Amino acid sequence: MYNNHYIFSDHAPRFAVIVAIFTALIVFPAVIKAEGISQGAMLANSCAGCHGTDGKSPGSIPSIAGKTPQFIQEALMGFRDGSRPSTVMGRHANGYSDEEIKLIADFFSTSK
Amino acid sequence: MNQFSRRQFIRLLGAAGVAGAGSNLISCTKGAPRVVIVGGGFGGATCAKYIKKFNSGIDVTLIEPAKRFVTCPFSNAVLGGLLPGMSDISHGYEAQAARGVRVMHDMVTEVDAVKHKVKLQGGQTLDYDKLIVSPGIDFRWDAVVGHSAEVAEQIPHAWQAGTQTEILKKQLHDMDDGGVVIIAPPGNPFRCPPGPYERASLIAHYLKNNKPKSKILILDSKDKFSKQPLFMQGWEALYPGMIEWVSAEKGGRIERVDAAEGTLHNDQGQSFKGDVINLIPHQKAAPLAFAAGLTDDSGWCPVDQRTFESKIHKDVYVLGDACIAGKMPKSGFAANSQGKVTAAAVVSALGKTPMPEPSYVNTCYSLISPDYGISVAAVYRLNEKGIYAVEGSGGVSPKDVDADFRAREADYARGWYSSITHDAFA
Repeated sequence: MYNNHYIFSDHAPRFAVIVAIFTALIVFPAVIKAEGISQGAMLANSCAGCHGTDGKSPGSIPSIAGKTPQFIQEALMGFRDGSRPSTVMGRHANGYSDEEIKLIADFFSTSK
Repeated sequence: MNQFSRRQFIRLLGAAGVAGAGSNLISCTKGAPRVVIVGGGFGGATCAKYIKKFNSGIDVTLIEPAKRFVTCPFSNAVLGGLLPGMSDISHGYEAQAARGVRVMHDMVTEVDAVKHKVKLQGGQTLDYDKLIVSPGIDFRWDAVVGHSAEVAEQIPHAWQAGTQTEILKKQLHDMDDGGVVIIAPPGNPFRCPPGPYERASLIAHYLKNNKPKSKILILDSKDKFSKQPLFMQGWEALYPGMIEWVSAEKGGRIERVDAAEGTLHNDQGQSFKGDVINLIPHQKAAPLAFAAGLTDDSGWCPVDQRTFESKIHKDVYVLGDACIAGKMPKSGFAANSQGKVTAAAVVSALGKTPMPEPSYVNTCYSLISPDYGISVAAVYRLNEKGIYAVEGSGGVSPKDVDADFRAREADYARGWYSSITHDAFA
């Protein structure tokens, strides 16, 4: 579709920038995010063993993806202090600090 | 945008190139960094998926001999007749290939950790920047006199799911009502600590419905086992008088097997005859871990428990059942969790970015019947001594709860299987 003539035409700069951005996005996603893998991702990925990848559960365990951060945070804190009944979640929630619960809640709330 | 000149374009590409080169990650000239993963179980498959999730530009090759991986989790449900067949616990690699992982159904015959190369049985040699090994377990046949891989064709262990599961299932099916099933669990450490006792439970479920005069005898190499009070409470409630457990101290430790006679012999001069015998051998890391020089005197692989990089070979990572992972048990769930931590470690190392503080988790569900589930869980972190369970987290299901609680845990056990196999293989 694009020949050499096109690349050297007046439209070349825009084309070039698009190519550069695409190349960067496809080839260097982690490099673009110079901060690397987030602590929230590290914590939240461990939930996926039961709640599914990115919090999308294919089975009987509830999905977390896309819930509001307030909902997730309140649920985890409720499991932790026992005010919200659970089978296993109380035992898990006890392993996380307030700050870690917030990171987990933020991660899943942005998961589509 | 229109104001960008060709020179700016070249400068922009140059900047991207520098970013890539600076991170030792990807440059136009050098190509993508190469990660080779050996073993497509819960550890290896999860790790491949999450490396691609973290950075799709990394070149990932997954080497696994089987076209479809048969999981040990829920193989007891097949034995107990809760699931109709092996296809319910078998998973392919199509999704890995679709996300750009090169899947090779082959065996690694040699690892050259100095030259960063692996040789395959099929004849190819692959170069790697990082090698991730998740090879699973092997059996210490020499720990019981008379035991061997050949004997296991007749007296199955069914501790690597697949053909072995089918042999044991057929023997249970062929057994007459009133028969004795012997299960002989191994000593610590071994794959899936609650597994032998879930197996006893679900075989009891099958026998109760089909051959109710039969018995199960557990001859144990240990004096206690995972979730013991909960299992025993469940056996008493559901299968009274059917399951007898003999501790090592009381004569459960098996020293010799006589395959021709179908007998097991303990360290106190007693012998036991079973109509079906499930002798589960003591364990060690898989042969590849030994061949690659990754094991220590314990027969398992010492690793930096932050990254799972081998303490013996640089740029080689060992995860799953084969590695020594502090307080984490050897389980599919633990391997899945370790796969993500290793993926983060490898991607961070290749990109020269800081690795987030590792967080690990494990939950082992066991079914005592289709409507009766129990669990043990823990959240793990790292300190100077290694991986430890966070104080106050985890533990086992409560002892005094109603049938509805047990039924919900059984339902979640099935939900867990859907989720974890999805997280690893889909």
